[in-house]
Amino acid sequence: MYVAVKGGEAAIDNAHALLAHERRGPADVPEIAPDQIEHQLSLAVDRVMAEGSLYDPALAALAIKQARGDLIEAIFLVRAFRTTLPRFGHSEPLDTARMAIERRISATYKDLPGGQVLGPTFDYTHRLIDFMLAAGVTPPEPAEAEPECGAVPRVTDLLDGEQLIEAETPRDGEPVGDLTRAPLDFPADRDLRLQALARGDEGFLLALGYSTQRGYGRTHPFVGEIRFGEVMAEFVPEELGFAVPLGPVALTECQMVNQFHGNAEQPPQFTRGYGLVFGQSERKAMSMSLVDRALRTREFGEDVVAPAQDEEFVLSHCDNVQATGFVEHLKLPHYVDFQAELGLVRQMRAEHEAARETLREAAE
Amino acid sequence: MNAPSPAETGYNFAYLDEQTKRMIRRAILKAIAIPGYQVPFASREMPMPYGWGTGGVQVTAAVIGPDDVLKVIDQGSDDTTNAVSIRKFFAKTAGVATTTRTAEATVIQTRHRIPETPLSEGQILVYQVPIPEPLRFLEPRETETRKLHALADYGLMHVKLYEDIARHGHIATTYDYPVEVAGRYVMNPSPTPKFDNPKMHRSPALQLFGAGREKRIYAVPPYTDVVSLDFEDHPFEVQRFEKPCALCAATGVYLDEVVLDDRGGRMFVCSDSDYCASRRDAGHRGEMAGDALPAGQS
Repeated sequence: MYVAVKGGEAAIDNAHALLAHERRGPADVPEIAPDQIEHQLSLAVDRVMAEGSLYDPALAALAIKQARGDLIEAIFLVRAFRTTLPRFGHSEPLDTARMAIERRISATYKDLPGGQVLGPTFDYTHRLIDFMLAAGVTPPEPAEAEPECGAVPRVTDLLDGEQLIEAETPRDGEPVGDLTRAPLDFPADRDLRLQALARGDEGFLLALGYSTQRGYGRTHPFVGEIRFGEVMAEFVPEELGFAVPLGPVALTECQMVNQFHGNAEQPPQFTRGYGLVFGQSERKAMSMSLVDRALRTREFGEDVVAPAQDEEFVLSHCDNVQATGFVEHLKLPHYVDFQAELGLVRQMRAEHEAARETLREAAE
Repeated sequence: MNAPSPAETGYNFAYLDEQTKRMIRRAILKAIAIPGYQVPFASREMPMPYGWGTGGVQVTAAVIGPDDVLKVIDQGSDDTTNAVSIRKFFAKTAGVATTTRTAEATVIQTRHRIPETPLSEGQILVYQVPIPEPLRFLEPRETETRKLHALADYGLMHVKLYEDIARHGHIATTYDYPVEVAGRYVMNPSPTPKFDNPKMHRSPALQLFGAGREKRIYAVPPYTDVVSLDFEDHPFEVQRFEKPCALCAATGVYLDEVVLDDRGGRMFVCSDSDYCASRRDAGHRGEMAGDALPAGQS
């Protein structure tokens, strides 16, 4: 005797209670605190802030704890929180030339004003599991030196002086697009594309950027510069009429310099691909700048032939909260539609059998 | 029931802030004014995943008031997990009364079914829509499909249906079956089985469709023509079931197949759990209902 399953509500509550229990894990292991996550798993926190598009390290750390370390789930939590926040307006454009540099490297010049600053990086580490970490050792104090004074100009500004690179012209007066407030429309302008990429999934952008290097929309990129550090965010309240600082924001910026052979109108010139993300994530910033340049294909009169150059394809699929939701919705019940398909397959099999039967009879 | 104050839940009535609701209502009004046309709207990130009803939830949040009575179904049932989750969401954030009875509800949010009990004037049926674009699997580009709608160029769809007939002798689409609304736009009815398509035609209820991830809202106003696409020599047909519901003996309703054992045993029961329970309460008995208590008394 079949009894329709009742009590879905109790089952859901029980599942959530079990989840909370599993999240805590064995009681004899000390519970992890959000500030430990914030400061010791800070690159995970950075990713959650970047793709959650909300700069709040403490909140991101809490979300990572709540999500049991599932970063896309944590990003989702942050996004759902962000959507409820009131909007006061836009910050002033960040001036990354005034960044308090922690790391700054250029692959196009051996030395340059401001110097190469390695900063905290995994680059050049040997990827050998460090068993000492398991024992918990206090690392030696890092070396210290007086910072070199003077500005650290952006490499692209140096190229700009010679007009070797396309000029980046601000669009004064035009409102900045926001795809979280207005539906994305195609073709999308570069402001919206960059916003989508900055929020986009690191893995997806990495794969797309990689594909351009392997010939699917080649852009001949050079890392003009990657810089990481804090920049002051400023905001102009209407009642004051001048900019007030809101606080420092840690950012990674990547300026990719790409070859361009020019066309009938434009002389040969380097072109730009731009990446900017919250926190320290060079992989994401670099991928973003590769994809940004690839998405400018039409702008330079080149043919759109590869996935990374295809704006609708990239922008419609780069958001991991959307992607994971729709992929995972397949686990919701679909038995009504499946029933319809069952009926159809049975009908078509019967027709197939009948047709073969007719053929067989005709042959005999 | 009294609506909870924002201070109690930490959120506005029905979760969304009033600005957002206004934006969604404007999209809904436009959708009603142009039946079947997909209106882009600034879909918000909701606290449930995309693909799990965020569009329907936003539409419901924008139209529901403190005096409404909400019913939420998934696969025709009030008890499926996601239906329970969405019902709880509105009970918590809006404090509205909820029901499982189709006739008592003023707002019904649904995924994949239209209730068997005919809807009446004043009711709103909110559909959760995964892919709003009926032409999407024929043309993946939004820029192209919008052009095709603007030109009412639905040749692609007719060719697809014709190819089905050429290959199989009949149209091989069983759900998401395309309809023409008010003689103009071809519309995706959401993945309801085509069995439910005729219920949309000239329905006295307002039908609203929300696609959150795809950021589209569309509508069928009351008493609007909704015609399933077909050909003169291959008229539209709905699914038929050989047996009545094994629990309530209903015929002419959509049935789910329930596998009973691993030896091919199966039974067919109403997908609409409220309809089935009401019939059993009224004394109807299917061949496998046994001596079980009527649904209301279990």
